[in-house]
Amino acid sequence: MSDGSREGVLEGLRKTGVTALFFGRLLGACVPALGRPRLIIAQIYNAGARSLIIIMLSGLFTGMVLGLQGYDLLHRFGATSALGTAAALSLLKELGPVLTALLFAGRAGTALTSEIGLMRATDQLTAMEVMAVDPLRHVAAPRFLGGLIALPLLTAIFIVVGLFGAQLVGVQMMGVDRGIFWSQMQSAIALKDVTEGVVKSVAFGAVLSLIAVNEGYHADPTAEGVGRATTRTVVASSVMTLLLDYVLTAAFL
Amino acid sequence: MRANRSLEIGTGLFVLLGVAALLFLTTQLPASGMKFGFGKPAGYEVTAEFDNIGDLKVGAPVKMAGVRIGEVTRIDFDTNSERAEVWMNIYKKFNQIPMDSFASIDTEGLLGGEYISISPGGLQTYLKNGSRIEETQSALVLENLINKFFANFSNKSGSGSQGGSKGPK
Repeated sequence: MSDGSREGVLEGLRKTGVTALFFGRLLGACVPALGRPRLIIAQIYNAGARSLIIIMLSGLFTGMVLGLQGYDLLHRFGATSALGTAAALSLLKELGPVLTALLFAGRAGTALTSEIGLMRATDQLTAMEVMAVDPLRHVAAPRFLGGLIALPLLTAIFIVVGLFGAQLVGVQMMGVDRGIFWSQMQSAIALKDVTEGVVKSVAFGAVLSLIAVNEGYHADPTAEGVGRATTRTVVASSVMTLLLDYVLTAAFL
Repeated sequence: MRANRSLEIGTGLFVLLGVAALLFLTTQLPASGMKFGFGKPAGYEVTAEFDNIGDLKVGAPVKMAGVRIGEVTRIDFDTNSERAEVWMNIYKKFNQIPMDSFASIDTEGLLGGEYISISPGGLQTYLKNGSRIEETQSALVLENLINKFFANFSNKSGSGSQGGSKGPK
């Protein structure tokens, strides 16, 4: 093994270790951070409330496309009455959690990373440490918790808006019977399907927030370093979302 | 202070929306959850008894000549007659359906959902709130049909071969 590749492997191992250690310390800092709910509320606002419009728009159009594509496909088999079931299952189990997570990574994850990275670059975090204020507790933990709370709520909103988008196209435009659309959906879906979507969104919330906070916290304290950290957040978040999605789906089936 | 206040209101609104969406998903979607109706159009209620309703569900449409005239509101089992009893809400403007109309359970397409089809009778008295449709036909359960078909088929082919052996003599 050449020196360069060994160095690369070691560096990869070190980064993994740093992330794991950071996660442990972050979890430790979460408990005292709960004592300051105002900081968390501000982060729920940043990560959640300000992503609301983009999530609802995306949900609406995802649902409408499902309505169109689902109708076209099912129409060939004379089974358009299954449109409600098909749309609801795909939104609940896959499209809702995954698309919301990807949008969240782009909209909120990048903002988190660049914000914390800039704090690092302008020595604000160091200043806090000097003043004996734990930046993990006051900066990182509230942002992590905010993302963790915001993403499942965003996912639920995405799914509900998507369902009404699918009904808009399927029932109002394509003429599937409204009663059949909803009653077939309700009889086919079990509570387990809803749980799967919720568990996925909570898992994505934890992982994406951790990635965003970690990348920002350990960014190189330069303009370029912050930029690269933000890029890494998007890439790592997207890959982890899809990878974790497969694992969770396999675990639930 | 003002900025802080609008931030808190925004967060509250977002959390409320999210929780409402979660509640909708857990209570309205699964069959096990409770449901409240989406505001039914005004109409009158009619009942009918069937030997077998197959896969009919609450919310399924009631159709006449293919046009939606109402929907199924409740399904129950009548222990006296040992048949399925179905309540239907017929929209108010369809108020001239003859008393002796005929209700049957049909399927939309091969894989589609089931609905109640009403064929009009000839009487001049009309269904009103609380009326019962007496003439009904059960759902066609595809599996039963296939069973019958194969039973017939094997009987026929059995007798057919006997007939064949007689034929040449």
